[in-house]
Amino acid sequence: MSITVRNVGKRFGDFVALEGVSLGVETGSLTALLGPSGSGKSTLLRCIAGLETPDTGEILISGEDVTDAPPQQRGVGFVFQHYAAFKHMTVAKNIAFGLEVRKRPKEEIEHRVNELLELVQLQGLAKRYPAQLSGGQRQRMGLARALAVDPEVLLLDEPFGALDARVRKELRAWLRRLHDETHTTTVIVTHDQEEAMEVADQIVLMNRGRIEQIGGPRDLYEHPATEFVMTFVGEANRVGDTFVRPHDLTLTLSPVDGSEEARVERLVHLGFEVRVELVRHDGAELSVQLSRDEADQLELEPRQIVYVAASRARVFT
Amino acid sequence: MRSRLSLRITALLYLLAVLVGPVVMVFYRALEHGLGDFWDSISNGAALHALWLTVLIALIAVPLNTVFGVALSLAIVRRKFPGKGIVNAFVDLPLALSPVVVGLALLLLYGRQGWLGPWFTDRGLQIVFALPAMVLATIFISLPFVVREVVPVLREIGDEQEQAASTLGAGSWQTFRRITLPAIRWGVAYGVVLTAARSLGEFGAVNVVSGRIQGKTETATLYIDAAYLDFDQKGAYAVAVVLALISVVILIGMSVFRPTEETA
Repeated sequence: MSITVRNVGKRFGDFVALEGVSLGVETGSLTALLGPSGSGKSTLLRCIAGLETPDTGEILISGEDVTDAPPQQRGVGFVFQHYAAFKHMTVAKNIAFGLEVRKRPKEEIEHRVNELLELVQLQGLAKRYPAQLSGGQRQRMGLARALAVDPEVLLLDEPFGALDARVRKELRAWLRRLHDETHTTTVIVTHDQEEAMEVADQIVLMNRGRIEQIGGPRDLYEHPATEFVMTFVGEANRVGDTFVRPHDLTLTLSPVDGSEEARVERLVHLGFEVRVELVRHDGAELSVQLSRDEADQLELEPRQIVYVAASRARVFT
Repeated sequence: MRSRLSLRITALLYLLAVLVGPVVMVFYRALEHGLGDFWDSISNGAALHALWLTVLIALIAVPLNTVFGVALSLAIVRRKFPGKGIVNAFVDLPLALSPVVVGLALLLLYGRQGWLGPWFTDRGLQIVFALPAMVLATIFISLPFVVREVVPVLREIGDEQEQAASTLGAGSWQTFRRITLPAIRWGVAYGVVLTAARSLGEFGAVNVVSGRIQGKTETATLYIDAAYLDFDQKGAYAVAVVLALISVVILIGMSVFRPTEETA
């Protein structure tokens, strides 16, 4: 285990940010802390980095208890959502900061900075100031700066949260590739389930300061442990106590075994998929996901009567 | 268009009447009989000593208030401690309090019958009617300026850069020197200019604690006052012009050294 979190709790006044959180992160893995805002995911990451001190519990990095160690002694690299760029320094100076603080020889620093500039594809921008970079470039600089000191653990706090959708996707894929090359133990905080699923080996889903479930992307989606996991990871219809995914519903034009009558309320075309909004005869509202071909074959129209059956449903008690 | 023009003219007239006019008058009266005359007025021993004393006090008070002002600002913005609200309010006290009251308070504390005065006198240290009390009074009066300039800048830059520096291995002194100080340097510079201007111009508090001994504890402002009351208008104007020139030089120095690039 590269990072071990044991029974960590943290309060801010009356607000309970973390409660009884325990977690293991394996060496060389990429873990995502996923959850809605206020779920405690950022606080947990900041506790690991030493930017917050937990009220209870302990944190170990590489087997060493670092609960009371300042951030400087933890060997972590931290990437901030809003970049935290050193505004009065050039890109090269930003990246060199950790090495200069460590008083490394000049040639070594220069060599390492060039290496990192290439890694994050910022060659030629070394002499620019952060204000002259785009958001995506600034965040890549932030990553290079964190990686410069060869951290044992790389921690990213919503690193792509302030970027537009296209740049986000690019950087996300790039981060995964980078991780596959460097194998630095990485923890990324995100509220975007797609991002977590695309990037991480292990997802830690948090809610209200507690961990709801830990598992691989597929685990969480296919075997949600709680109602919260079911509704937060992927979409879900709720009817009474039963949950069903939109793509686990099938539509037919005539009744089949186990199907129930429903009326089409609205059709939403989303490129290759079509979302059908239904009201069942008992008043329950359902959303069904079909491929475009399936929808075309059924020739669906609003106010049409169809029959809906669930191939898979879950009840949480 | 028209209303904007009249607004501009009103603003200009106002500035002319309350600011530029009096300053120009002082310069005019000091220099109306030529530079030689002007030089004669300030080159006497008492005037030169007064100017030197004013500069000396500023040279002590400004660095002290700069260092403590920055430290106080960091404490107010970055730390949590009991009584922070009171500390924050107390910083403004010199702005609210009349300098004369400050002077009297120092007399009460360090004077011959004061609480601490005898203790210092026993050890051969003269506080009031001497340089120490004048420096103390000036420090007190000019304390808020660095804090009031630096606090908003510190709030605005936030502490993320400092946190980033700490995760990169920088200790608190390294973080301050390499990250915080460069980020607040213009706030500090403005604070220093205001502190210097206030120190050079201080009259009320120093008037009370100095004893006004000519050639010994008479600062430039006290000299101007004494000269004016003594019907030596030329001397008063001349020293006033020198004081004003020092301020102008400081202001120009600021804008020359201030780079035009780097924003956001």
